[in-house]
Amino acid sequence: MLRNTLARSAAAASLALSLALGATSAQAQTEIHWWHAMGGALGEWVNDLAKGFNDSQKEFKVVPVYKGTYDESMTAAIAAFRAGNAPHILQVFEVGTATMMAARSAIKPVGEVMTQAGFKFDPAVYIPAVVGYYTAPNGQMLSLPFNSSTTVFHYNKDAFKAAGLDPDKPPKTWPEVALAAAKLKASGHKCPFTTSWISWTQLESFSTWHNTLFATLNNGFGGMGARLALNSPLHQRHFENLANMSKQGLFIYKGRNNAADATFPSGECAMMTGSSGLYGAIRRNAKFASGISTLPYYPDVQGAPQNTVIGGASLWVMAGHKPEHYKGVANFFAYLSRPDVQAASHQRTGYLPITLAAFKQTEDAGFYAKNPGTDVAVTQMIRKTTDRSRGIRLGNFVQIRTIVDEETEQIWAGKKTPKEALDSAVRRGNEQLERFEKANAGKK
Amino acid sequence: MEKRVRFRSAWLPWALLAPQLAIISIFFFWPAAQALLQSVQMQDAFGTSTEFIGLENFRRLFNDELYLYSFRVTAVFSLLVAGFGLIIALVLAVFADRAIRGASFYKTLMVWPYAVAPAVAGVLWLFMFAPSIGMVSFWLRAAGFDWNHLLNPDHAMALIVMAAVWKQISYNFLFFLAGLQSIPRSLIEAAAIDGAGPWRRFWTIVFPLLSPTTFFLLVINIVYAFFETFAIVDAATQGGPGRATTILVYKVYYDGFKGMDLGSSAAQSVVLMVIVITLTVVQFRYIEKRVQY
Repeated sequence: MLRNTLARSAAAASLALSLALGATSAQAQTEIHWWHAMGGALGEWVNDLAKGFNDSQKEFKVVPVYKGTYDESMTAAIAAFRAGNAPHILQVFEVGTATMMAARSAIKPVGEVMTQAGFKFDPAVYIPAVVGYYTAPNGQMLSLPFNSSTTVFHYNKDAFKAAGLDPDKPPKTWPEVALAAAKLKASGHKCPFTTSWISWTQLESFSTWHNTLFATLNNGFGGMGARLALNSPLHQRHFENLANMSKQGLFIYKGRNNAADATFPSGECAMMTGSSGLYGAIRRNAKFASGISTLPYYPDVQGAPQNTVIGGASLWVMAGHKPEHYKGVANFFAYLSRPDVQAASHQRTGYLPITLAAFKQTEDAGFYAKNPGTDVAVTQMIRKTTDRSRGIRLGNFVQIRTIVDEETEQIWAGKKTPKEALDSAVRRGNEQLERFEKANAGKK
Repeated sequence: MEKRVRFRSAWLPWALLAPQLAIISIFFFWPAAQALLQSVQMQDAFGTSTEFIGLENFRRLFNDELYLYSFRVTAVFSLLVAGFGLIIALVLAVFADRAIRGASFYKTLMVWPYAVAPAVAGVLWLFMFAPSIGMVSFWLRAAGFDWNHLLNPDHAMALIVMAAVWKQISYNFLFFLAGLQSIPRSLIEAAAIDGAGPWRRFWTIVFPLLSPTTFFLLVINIVYAFFETFAIVDAATQGGPGRATTILVYKVYYDGFKGMDLGSSAAQSVVLMVIVITLTVVQFRYIEKRVQY
């Protein structure tokens, strides 16, 4: 008898429990899947951002998934989209912007997502040069800038002192860079100057910094009929100078993409133009005093220095999901844009803040005073952009960058003159642009 | 005696074959058919617009001087890899065949590189030869030879050939060793008694009797050099400098997965497939005639 009662009450209790649990799981959170390409310390930053958002509200849950490098995660998302399984948010690097924009039916513009969820969207709070890259000609924001870096000039202060140069007066112009390199070489330095991401630093950012076109139609913002303009006299002159420096052993080529990044913190190369995002690695690994300065320019070019171009990635919203997911995405993006969140991210990673308020907050907190050089990246970008300096939007940009890598390598190897190499790069790059135009013809 | 197996039931052979057929269809025929289909289409990256363009992809490929250059690079690369791989493995197998003491020790050392993944092999050799930090490049520079595979195309080609050959020697070595050990000792002894020196013995007796193995390995090595060396190229040189190490299969990967141009990539795949099929057919028809079984 007792056993019977016990069994029955146990059954009743478990039934009640499962009903209660069932009730709470019926109000399950809407999951937002975010595919990204941030590994290591940056991956932890991503996870912390998601956790911060998830803890701040109960309705949505952002689930970040690391999918490999930038192009691996983009390929994965494309395959998933074709299988009807796309994530909600995808982090895409800046060179993939035109590809994403051309896939109009595959993406949902961020501006649309935000306004549809009821958020007031004011473009004026964003830093122009950062946001302009990802904005449509009509002013609609297509993707949310997430981790934007820009090109800066890293230099080894200890090597400067040893060469008799003033460590607090870094070279600001290209002629000064050549002079400094000569002094460094004379003092026995094997690698006075190098660069990473050669297309980004020496052609793309170089162009916007000098308010010169990298490609026609306002660097592609004006339409898919844009063609490369990187063999103009100014670009040729710059590469002639680099070729001379290379012949004299003042500029040493250290490989494609960011292969050269390892040579600066290790002390092998004394000066390097590269990403502002290298700051964290330098701080952790460099055993010497280092400084950050603005990208060098030619003082006789009118309009220089204008602003540099951003690198890094932005967050795109994929099409084909339910409205409540888009509401979650909008809430998450609003959270990411909060000044305190932005300021914390900026100080933690060295990536640019996307709003002016975040920059002000960081400045008022004395961060830039305590960490000199970290504001260089931002001050290069807080300028009013011109039509020629807003950014670059070209299709098949990944191939174009490789073409530039291939052609410029021939210059350093002594196989082509700068004029031949740049002309060849323009010719081959234009083929890619024509193909992109044809493949996306008839689409807006 | 009847050598063929006779099945009395009509469905049992098919049932037994079914798993293998399924695997071949899913992992070979289906992707091959898809590649053929995509090679005559032009798509945007997301597949939202597909346009049938006939042989346009192929026409554009063969008008691209860089694609034709890739042919040359691949031909040079595969000849070097197959040639060095076979010769070095044969020499090592002949030595290992004669070793009496420590034979299994040598054989183990010869064989383990085969277990190394191609990408790992590429990175290994990259580290040894890295112009700034590699040990071998350091010694080369101390000896007066300026190694820089980042800028010198011949150095880059040498690097990937070395990595590819190193990996493949084990495989060739195993087969050559087995082939050598299947040659009857009596033949060699008889030739020695008749006064033939070791060089003569090798060329007139051993090498002809090894010809089935050599032929088989030649086919395998060419296919290896065409396809399985992709990971080595990706890890070591990424096709650079310029285009000096962009073998055909690397270009397929690059155009398809980095460039998102699936039509051109599929067209290149189809061309590669035709090349390797042709090579294999040629090898079987003409060279096999000279093989003495």
